[in-house]
Amino acid sequence: MFRNQYDTDVTTWSPAGRLFQVEYAMEAVKQGSAAIGLRSKTHVVLGCVNKANSELSSHQKKIFKVDDHIGVAIAGLTADGRVLSRYMRNECINYNFTYESPLPVGRLVVQLADKAQVCTQRSWKRPYGVGLLVAGLDESGAHLYYNCPSGNYFEYQAFAIGSRSQAAKTYLERRFENFTDSSRDDLVKDAITAIRETLQGETLKSSICTIAVVGIGEPFHILDQGTVQQIIDTFEIAAEQEGPAAEPDAAEQSAAAADQGGSTDEGVAPMDI
Amino acid sequence: MTKQQANWSPYDNNGGSCVAIAGADYCVIAADTRMSTGYNILTREYSKICKLADKCVMASSGFQADVKALQKQLAARHLIYQHQHNKQMSCPAMAQLLSNTLYYKRFFPYYSFNVLGGLDNEGKGCVFTYDAVGSYEKVGYSSQGSGSTLITPFLDNQLKSPSPLLLSVQDAVTPLVEAEAIDLVKTVFASASERDIYTGDKIEIVVVNATGIRREYMELRKD
Repeated sequence: MFRNQYDTDVTTWSPAGRLFQVEYAMEAVKQGSAAIGLRSKTHVVLGCVNKANSELSSHQKKIFKVDDHIGVAIAGLTADGRVLSRYMRNECINYNFTYESPLPVGRLVVQLADKAQVCTQRSWKRPYGVGLLVAGLDESGAHLYYNCPSGNYFEYQAFAIGSRSQAAKTYLERRFENFTDSSRDDLVKDAITAIRETLQGETLKSSICTIAVVGIGEPFHILDQGTVQQIIDTFEIAAEQEGPAAEPDAAEQSAAAADQGGSTDEGVAPMDI
Repeated sequence: MTKQQANWSPYDNNGGSCVAIAGADYCVIAADTRMSTGYNILTREYSKICKLADKCVMASSGFQADVKALQKQLAARHLIYQHQHNKQMSCPAMAQLLSNTLYYKRFFPYYSFNVLGGLDNEGKGCVFTYDAVGSYEKVGYSSQGSGSTLITPFLDNQLKSPSPLLLSVQDAVTPLVEAEAIDLVKTVFASASERDIYTGDKIEIVVVNATGIRREYMELRKD
């Protein structure tokens, strides 16, 4: 109710100390189709759900290679994501040109976060409406970061963003302690399973999801559809036995998530999501 | 008051020679590995050849600091191209990019004399030859650097068609087989190092063909 008075400008504070335009930008992330990321000590896997507008159109590209050692998955306004990917690619190329070595991921996410912050403090700009899962390798190992429109960033063992990401997050929360020592292939299987959770009963096919991997000795690349379909086939057969029992659980979870989404109107500013 | 002359030059010449020969389905690019300054040798093992793309290799003689800067520029631009187009640059595309990059510094040039070699989109060998400011031409063979005045007449004798009516400019590839072209390159460098003090030590020969890129070396006179 009250928030309508203070939400016209990104440079207007609300009496409760919130910037509503920034929070609205984070809503845009929640509306985008799901993207997930998880990491082990040596590898990071990104996955996303590809939603096409219609049967006739192609789907949005949501995973971008930034450099051999860094890749990014986005959720939200994909146009903003594309622009930020181009910025990240340029930063990596320039750093490499000057220092003849790869840009450490930790540096890149800080630059990205600072760039996002600028848009929260200029009256003639608007915040970027996209959340980025940045996967990368540097001397200290494998990393997964989440950059949000507010200019905050956090490092994660595993995370999911976008619509119906709560289902994936629940799955990842159950399993994340095993991820550090997971093999690359197990990590990919977990990623595909997490994506399946967000589909809530819809058949999982390689045409509606994209998986990308980066790891020690393995430059960032997107897995081709054939490979992904093979992996899906190997565990779809096993899952068929559990299928009928799992579906009612998934339906209950999505109802609970919808309720939670509505209750963020009152209460503490969700700046840290 | 006479005009003041500069007491230092931003340029130096590190010497050396480069050659490239285009075949029907291959391209040979070669350069010696000697780096000199004045009458001194800096090193006997310096590579003047750089792989720019999957099927595109450049050899450059002149001022190696400028050559290095030029190679880095092209590598960065190639990465941007790959991000935008999801594929490698073709040799003719790289040839145009090199020309534009050189002309960009028309009034403070890269002191770099380049030959670009590789396969075009149809898999045919192609060689492009440049001056320091980007003027370029597609040819069947070329030589640049300190030994070029000794090498070019010999290549003309072996490869040049006596008349454009017999071999058109479009078909600018040599009638030689890959092994013969490599042999010719070795002969040509051996002769050049006899009389050019800046050419010698070793030749680095790079061959681009349908199977990929391979590298071989041959020893030359060390004097």
